[in-house]
This record gives sequence, C-alpha cells and structure tokens, in this order.
Amino acid sequence: MSTWKPALAIAAKDLTIEWRNRTALLTATVFAILVLLIFVFARDPGVIALPVLAPAVLWVALALASLVALNRAFLLEREHAALDGILLSPAPRAALFWGKWLANLCFVLVVQAVAFPLWILFFNVPPSGALVLVAGVAILTAIGFTAVGTVLAAMAVRTRFAELLLPVLLLPFMLPPVFFAAQLTTRLLAGRPADELWGWIRLLSLYDVVFLAVATLLFPVVVEE
Amino acid sequence: MSIDVASAERTIRRGKAITLAAMAGLAGLYVIALYYTPTERFEGLVQKVYYVHPPGAYAMQIAFGVVGVVSVLYLWLRDERLDRFAEASAEVGLVFGAMTLITGPIWGQPTWGTWWTWDARLTFTLIEVLVFAGYFALRSAMQDSHERARYAAVLGVMALLLVPFNHLTVYLFNTTHPKPITLQVGKPQLPDEMLRTFIVGFVVFTVLYLGFVITRYGIGLRRAATEAYDA
Repeated sequence: MSTWKPALAIAAKDLTIEWRNRTALLTATVFAILVLLIFVFARDPGVIALPVLAPAVLWVALALASLVALNRAFLLEREHAALDGILLSPAPRAALFWGKWLANLCFVLVVQAVAFPLWILFFNVPPSGALVLVAGVAILTAIGFTAVGTVLAAMAVRTRFAELLLPVLLLPFMLPPVFFAAQLTTRLLAGRPADELWGWIRLLSLYDVVFLAVATLLFPVVVEE
Repeated sequence: MSIDVASAERTIRRGKAITLAAMAGLAGLYVIALYYTPTERFEGLVQKVYYVHPPGAYAMQIAFGVVGVVSVLYLWLRDERLDRFAEASAEVGLVFGAMTLITGPIWGQPTWGTWWTWDARLTFTLIEVLVFAGYFALRSAMQDSHERARYAAVLGVMALLLVPFNHLTVYLFNTTHPKPITLQVGKPQLPDEMLRTFIVGFVVFTVLYLGFVITRYGIGLRRAATEAYDA
C-alpha cells in the first residue's frame, strides 16, 4: 500500500472535521490576536516603539498560537478512541504520521495566515515585498516544529495533563527554528542583502529535514500497541 | 520477569561506595584547588570556581548524552534495564545541571559584573535542563511502565538531536564565555599547576557521575522489585 494515499485521506478527514466544527480554528485564531494585543498593552508606549517590537511579537504570537493548535491534534482521536480504528486499517504507520502532520501544518498555517495581516496592521509594519518573504519564512518554520509537535502531541494526549505537558515538551524544540526565523525577519524588514539571509535559511531547512525524518521514524513507536 | 530486592540492594551499595570515593576525591580537589594551586592574578579567589564549574557542566553533558544513546538502544533492544538507566542518568544530569547553573552566577557576578547574562553556554545549559525537566514531567504523567519507557525513549532521542541545533542557536545569539583555553591546538595556555587541578576536577566528576548513576539505577531496580512484589 502506498503511503501518500492514506496520508492524504487522514489529513483530509482531520481538516474536514475542523472545517465543519470551526471551534478550534476560531479559538486558535482569536488566541493569536489576543497575544498580539497583549504585547501592545504590556509595553510602555513612550519608551518602546511598535516597529522595534514587531519581529519579536510576530514570533511569540505564531509560536504560542501553534501550540494551541497542536494541542487539539489528537484530542478527537482520544475522545472516541478513533485512533484504534485508524491503527486497525492496513495503512502504514508512517502514513498516519504524514496525515496527522499535514493536517496540523495546514491548521497552523491557516491560523498564521489570519494573524499575519493583523500583525502588519497592529504594528504598523510598512508594506513591502519583504513581507511576502517573511510569510515564506513562517511556512518554512512551521514545517519543522509541527513535525516535532505531532509526535509530542501524540504522546502528551495519552497523559493526565496533556494541555500543560505539550508546551513544556515542545517549547524547547521551538527555540532554534523561532530564533532562526526571528533573525531572518529582522534582516528582511531591514532590507539586508540576500547573502546575509542564506545561512539562516539553510539552518532552518536543515532543522526541517532532520526533524521531519526523525519524527517519521519515531511516530510508529508512539502509536504501537 | 523477576528482579530481586537483594541484587538491587547490592547495586545501591556498589553505587554508594563509588560515590563515597568520589566525595573523598571532591574534598581532595577542594584542598588542591585552595592550597596547592596559585590564585589567578586578575580574577582572584573566585576563579577557584573554575575547578568545579566546567567539570560539573561536563558531567551534565555526559549524563544527558548517555540518556540519548541509551534511549536509542532501548528502542532497538526493548530492555527494561536500559529505560531504568536512562531515567537514572537523566536525574543525575539534572543535579549536575543545577550545580552548573548555581556555580556559574557565583563566578559571573564578580567577573562579568552580572549574575545572569544570555550568554551562549549559560543559555544552552538552561535549555538542556528545561528539556530534561520536560522529560521527567512526561515520565511522571504516565501510568503504564511500557508506554512510559517508549515515550521517554522517543523524547530522549529527540533531545539528543536537538543538542547541535541548541548549540548553534546559543552561539549565534551571543557569547561572553571565556574561549576554551585548555582544549586547543598546541600546548594548553594554562600554568601546569592549574591544569593539573583542572584535570583532577574532571576525573573526580566522572567518578561522581558513575557513583550517582549506579546508586540511582539501583534505587530504580529496588522500586521495580517492590512494585512487582506488591502486584
């Protein structure tokens, strides 16, 4: 059996459930907006100008909103013991991972897609072509940490305090990609030349490749019975 | 699968004996560092932290590295003993990590003029300690011992792979730590007396790690034995 077909089926199933329900999507999006908002009010407006804070705020908001999004990834499966059903099917375990990861990635990207223009609006980020590249960086960043997050969420959901455990487990793994992304964002917004960017893009891509591979290998261990 | 309490007790005794020897070595290290090693001209007495701080950080790295390697082996061989050893090593690593994070600021305040700075190695140690704090949070949130072992091993392997990325992150971010002066090409640029004390520090902390980890492994064995007896 091929891996891609069942993977896409699982991703489509997850996204259909999210789309019909829309509660999680709406909640995660509102959460991202609230994080943006709290930064505006948590600073002294006379001392710290909004544009100075903007790159940092973008990454805090996107990282935290992604955490909220990943928390729900396996909740549905737990509630109805639905995972057992998928595990009984002949689909390879790697396909289950890819499906879950794809659905998580889409979910996180949708939340980011809503939060991103609001960040531009709230923080008076001057519109320029660089913003398209920043959005690209956001996608590149999400690929790696959603892979780690999918494995960790599958484990955390089986414990007693999943909602608390996932951030504690995942945030240390989010530090490197968020750091690389924040460096890229600052340089892009400052209009730095391209050769200052490549190193960071390479690091970010390396993280994606390494953890996507590792997560694919380790996920079957997590769901085995 | 039967583990008898007596053999667990034997392991604990062995671990305690090694720990005791290491403690004696540690006392000796203090004596050598304070009385038989010259005081650094610019930093003064606080430089003596140097004989326990890097060895402590090194013991932490050994401990966490062992967790990663043992986790890989567990996923391959599925031997319960490997899981118990990973748990023991992670706990000992947290102790050394805490020690490193406490001795660092004691040296940092007079030398750098601040207790805390987002320096590369300092940040790296903090992140490693936090990763393994999460490791224990995960372990303690699990009921089933097989599932716990599997999940902990998965996290242990991922933590091992995070190490190079963490290194890159913190180094590219900022560093004010002294550049390595002992491990470098050519002759170490350190007076022989200081180098000698420094090396003694590393030996002592290696033995200390072994003593701690064997004792903790024995405690894990005993716990498993009594749990099996109760069940």
